[in-house]
Amino acid sequence: MAPLASLESVCATVRVNSCEAGATRVWGGAPAAGGTPPPHAPKILTRKGTGLTECILSGLLSVEGKKVLHIDRQDHYGGESASLNLTQLYKKFRPNGSAPEGLGRDRDWNVDLIPKFLMANGELTNILVHTDVTRYLEFKQISGSYVYRDGRIAKVPASEMEAIRSPLMGIFEKRRMKRFLEYVGNYKDEEPSTHQGLDLDKNTMTEVYLKFGLEPGTRDFVGHAMALWTTDDYLKAPARETFSRINLYAQSVARYGKSPYIYPLYGLGELPQGFARLSAIYGGTYMLDKQIDEVVYDKETGKVAGVRSGDETAKAKIVIGDPTYFPDKVRKTGHKVIRAMCILNHPIPNTDNLDSVQIIIPQNQVKRKHDIYIAVVSSAHNVAAKDHYLAIVSTIIETDTPHLELEPAFKLLGPRIDTLMGIAELYEPLEDGLKDNVFISKSYDSTSHFETTTDDVKDIYLRITGKPLVVQKREPQEVEA
Amino acid sequence: MSTPRTSTSSPRFAQFKLVLLGESAVGKSSLVNRFAKDQFDDFRESTIGAAFLTQTVQVDPNTIVKFEIWDTAGQERYKSLAPMYYRNANCAVVVYDITQSASLTRAKAWVKELQHQANENIIIALAGNKFDLQESRDVDTSVAEAYAKEAGLLFFETSAKTGENVTELFTAIAKKLPIESVLNRSTRPSGPKGVDLSRSARQPSGANGAGACNC
Repeated sequence: MAPLASLESVCATVRVNSCEAGATRVWGGAPAAGGTPPPHAPKILTRKGTGLTECILSGLLSVEGKKVLHIDRQDHYGGESASLNLTQLYKKFRPNGSAPEGLGRDRDWNVDLIPKFLMANGELTNILVHTDVTRYLEFKQISGSYVYRDGRIAKVPASEMEAIRSPLMGIFEKRRMKRFLEYVGNYKDEEPSTHQGLDLDKNTMTEVYLKFGLEPGTRDFVGHAMALWTTDDYLKAPARETFSRINLYAQSVARYGKSPYIYPLYGLGELPQGFARLSAIYGGTYMLDKQIDEVVYDKETGKVAGVRSGDETAKAKIVIGDPTYFPDKVRKTGHKVIRAMCILNHPIPNTDNLDSVQIIIPQNQVKRKHDIYIAVVSSAHNVAAKDHYLAIVSTIIETDTPHLELEPAFKLLGPRIDTLMGIAELYEPLEDGLKDNVFISKSYDSTSHFETTTDDVKDIYLRITGKPLVVQKREPQEVEA
Repeated sequence: MSTPRTSTSSPRFAQFKLVLLGESAVGKSSLVNRFAKDQFDDFRESTIGAAFLTQTVQVDPNTIVKFEIWDTAGQERYKSLAPMYYRNANCAVVVYDITQSASLTRAKAWVKELQHQANENIIIALAGNKFDLQESRDVDTSVAEAYAKEAGLLFFETSAKTGENVTELFTAIAKKLPIESVLNRSTRPSGPKGVDLSRSARQPSGANGAGACNC
């Protein structure tokens, strides 16, 4: 196999104290091992790994007044969702090699380990805005969203007008596509006249496609480049979820115009740092480069009691962490993701020289079961040296020669200066954490955006606090002197 | 602060991001509180609560500099201050405690990190705080001054407690900032600005058919 480093993730330890009734209920109400905290003192919650999921939770819980201790065994933020400079990147993927000459300064590079973009109208954007973490970060649009069909790439048409102009479809298919998009956009549950005889909770997406007579190739880009499904399983499911995904895509495009995606300057690694600062401002404590030697449990209750690092033990009622910190409490999902970081000194051919794009190769188009994603960013986002581009190609592995599975994508990229590949096993927790108060996040999946990540955040939040996450506007934090 | 009007126009206004760096307990927050609120608290707890404070300095009758001052929120304590903190900072105050020579060593490390990782044109000031504790002095003025000169830093010994040299420190930084270039650029939108996430979603036009979902 090609030189494949493992993309291991990081855990954070957070220690949260809270005396909220809701929290007590979920935490089981048993007194903490090693003494009951004074009634006014919040309970302690420890978190492991400064991945994005853990940092968002730290931020949200700190704002609510919980005491959070956040530990990461690595010396930088982000864990699996970090962005690395050239030295860090090559150390990780080529321990015995070094970066090619001529790539500029280390500080100019921030290479994401997980290729994802934010949906402009998605839930992560919502959380960023309502927690004011936007104050620490600056975002830019991704300039284009492309899909592969019949051997070439073209812009994804997100509106009826774009559908009419799109080279992806013939003249009659464009009209069918226009009618389909109008239908999706106008569908209202409470107005049966907009249903045209279909029931989104009963009819499958295949039935919807058949009603509008869409060609298989058109279905491919609707389902994979707009609804952003990674497989064809959605075809047999009720159409509702696909409808809401298409609407999310269309509304995200409508928000800023060029594509549905936005991206933080200096790379995705800024996101966990931003939420970590939010947590710190509300009293959260962060420790990087700190080993976690043991998770300590109360022998009687079986619930978590704290986390030990060397001689020190942090008491905690709740521990949150990513799968790498809990090898015996997670299982493999059965999926492995291959990701290839490609360094280029030119824009992607056939994209109008855009500084950033997403390209989706729907599975059927290249006779696969899973889509191939290409995320391209550049010096315009402060993640690469001047005139350089970073293309991260990823997919779920289907064969014994995974690097060959990425060939269709490599063909679209043109010449590459270097390519660094890694394979990541995806994990998920065995249990929901209610039994012992250890809550474990899922590995970052192969989807092209953060919607599944925020689903995981919301789900863990609900399990910890017993109430659904309601993202509210914070009081203004600026103190005018 | 009064803003004397000239005959022609109101004063020019330029905003800059300033970050504080330095070991725990050298008085970073106290310096800011003295500067921004003219307050001092002997038993100040570690920094909690504010994302940043702002304060203005009038550098000449026609020009006001507004500092957006970022404190560490305690993240320096366990090696956990993220690079994001000093991204896009125009200026930095690196603080040490004149009664703890180890804190100067740490300050030098911060200066090095800023010079390697932060904005290329960042203006850095070195502040030897706790000037009021002369009897416990552990760092000679001449030693710190020589280092500052060699590293190209502004240098002041300050006391957040008495207020000595605090305004002078920030004013000296304000005078060194590239006000002209900022003012010329800030005919807004400035440079390669990104998107404003707080802006509410554009009302989908009838043409794109996204009107159904109001989630």
